[in-house]
Amino acid sequence: MTDLTKLSLAGALDGLRSRSFSSVELTQAFIDAIEASNDTLNAYVVKTPEKALEMAAASDKRIASGAAGALEGAPLGVKDLYCTKGVRTTACSNILGEFTPTYESTVTQQLWDRGAVMLGKLNMDEFAMGSSNETSRFGPPANPWRRSGSNQTLTPGGSSGGSAAAVASDLCLGATASDTGGSIRQPAAFTGTVGIKPTYGRASRYGMVAFASSLDQAGPIAKTVEDSAILLEAMCGHDAKDSTSLPEPVPNWRDAVHRGVEGMRIGIPKEYRVDGMPDEIEALWSQGVEWLKAQGAEIVDVSLPHTKYALPAYYIVAPAEASSNLARYDGMRYGARVSGDNLVNTYEGTRSAGFGQEVQRRLMIGTYVLSSGYYDAYYLRAQKVRTKILNDFQNAFESCDALLTPTCPSAAFAYGEKAGDPVQMYLNDIFTVTANLAGLPGISVPAALDGQGLPLGLQVIGKALDEEACFRVGGALEQAAGFVAKPDKWW
Amino acid sequence: MSVSKDDVRKVARLSRIAVSEDRLEPLANELTSIMGWIEQLNEVDVDGVEPMTSVVDATLPMRDDVVTDGNIQDQVLANAPKSDDGFFVVPKSVE
Repeated sequence: MTDLTKLSLAGALDGLRSRSFSSVELTQAFIDAIEASNDTLNAYVVKTPEKALEMAAASDKRIASGAAGALEGAPLGVKDLYCTKGVRTTACSNILGEFTPTYESTVTQQLWDRGAVMLGKLNMDEFAMGSSNETSRFGPPANPWRRSGSNQTLTPGGSSGGSAAAVASDLCLGATASDTGGSIRQPAAFTGTVGIKPTYGRASRYGMVAFASSLDQAGPIAKTVEDSAILLEAMCGHDAKDSTSLPEPVPNWRDAVHRGVEGMRIGIPKEYRVDGMPDEIEALWSQGVEWLKAQGAEIVDVSLPHTKYALPAYYIVAPAEASSNLARYDGMRYGARVSGDNLVNTYEGTRSAGFGQEVQRRLMIGTYVLSSGYYDAYYLRAQKVRTKILNDFQNAFESCDALLTPTCPSAAFAYGEKAGDPVQMYLNDIFTVTANLAGLPGISVPAALDGQGLPLGLQVIGKALDEEACFRVGGALEQAAGFVAKPDKWW
Repeated sequence: MSVSKDDVRKVARLSRIAVSEDRLEPLANELTSIMGWIEQLNEVDVDGVEPMTSVVDATLPMRDDVVTDGNIQDQVLANAPKSDDGFFVVPKSVE
């Protein structure tokens, strides 16, 4: 039998429906692959093989009785940020101890309702704060990609590094992820996978461990653009349990993937040509323009003048909201408690032991910018700058239907290469963070290998609620790029 | 904008994070660097600009003020570091 783990999600769903193989066979293939690889890759932080086989057997019964759901029998991985009933969920932070939810997040519930099978929980930066997955309490995962001729371990990106590494190394058919400043799209670009963040409000945040509530959004990492559309359709939809969830129907995005870009106007924002960007990324961007032109799209130059203010605004808004959200971790009702000689010492000891250095830094920044007398100067000003950034996009979208940009200013880097200077690490998100601040959908599609043999991604940003444009352009780029490279298996 | 050791001490206390004395100086330097980089927002003219709330116009939905959940004491206490007789056990908070 061929290696079932190499299938795309769409291919696997076809095979399951035509009874070429069972979900139990498919699931066992992934369990075996995880068993053989995970000690090296560290993509999964919790493995749930018994639960997976149980779910797979139930799927096989439903397939046999003609009651198959949209994802029936498909084994997926879940970022450790999603609460999963009865399965430890810690957002890769020590402060959550052995926290085991007694309820299920809406997004994962929707996957199981459609027949998906859970393989386990995936590694991530602690509380999704990071761009390299180095801040996880379980240690970093390894990117299955390496530079040609080198055996140095590279980061799969972050914060959804485990999701990206697992999809790229065929340890699941697809994975849930989440994106606050680029945490779906940057890891996808670093691992040759596809990642999409939908419009803010498309997917419910209920049961997702909160980082920055006005920016956090769920989305998938997948092997192909079509797979990402299948998963996103299953993940989205209105949920009364999240007051920011939009009461909008979920379109048929899968159909949009192969619709082509004939007649679409694609904007190229000049401010995304940043100093120090490698020539290869500049060249790939131009190549992307040519690919879309050749398929009948019209290219339009646009300007997003407030782009340079996006990251500084983000580093006010995100830490401020995090400092508020993470106030709940006091060691009283759940998580690990470190007892002190009085209540304040207990709080301080618990939080000092439970939060890692990067989380502590961001909580202090957030507390600082929200502290008495500073609210207007920092948080309120940053929220006004967000309005200016959104206005930039709205002006640009008067002359185009979607924007094409690189996903990241570099390919995957090695651990430690950027750890010294927090601002250098933050700059990784320069092309992705604008879509979070403005609430817009963005997709990253693998488009080429650089000179060192590492994948590079192109990003498509759409109008609010126009994920369809992301899928059309993403599908066109995927087809033109013909990106089929896989990392050489060393793990 | 320079963040002093005293600022860090105060912010750490407000954040309820114990920070050892020898960490104050390095943290002050890091925060000064980050806050200095953030200062560039002062270049943006935000006069008359409304702060952003949502990309899609949406009004906060209202719901009936009724009990829709409950009687799950075991679940509420399931992850407690310390519980007894149906209650959370916490340190003494009133002297």
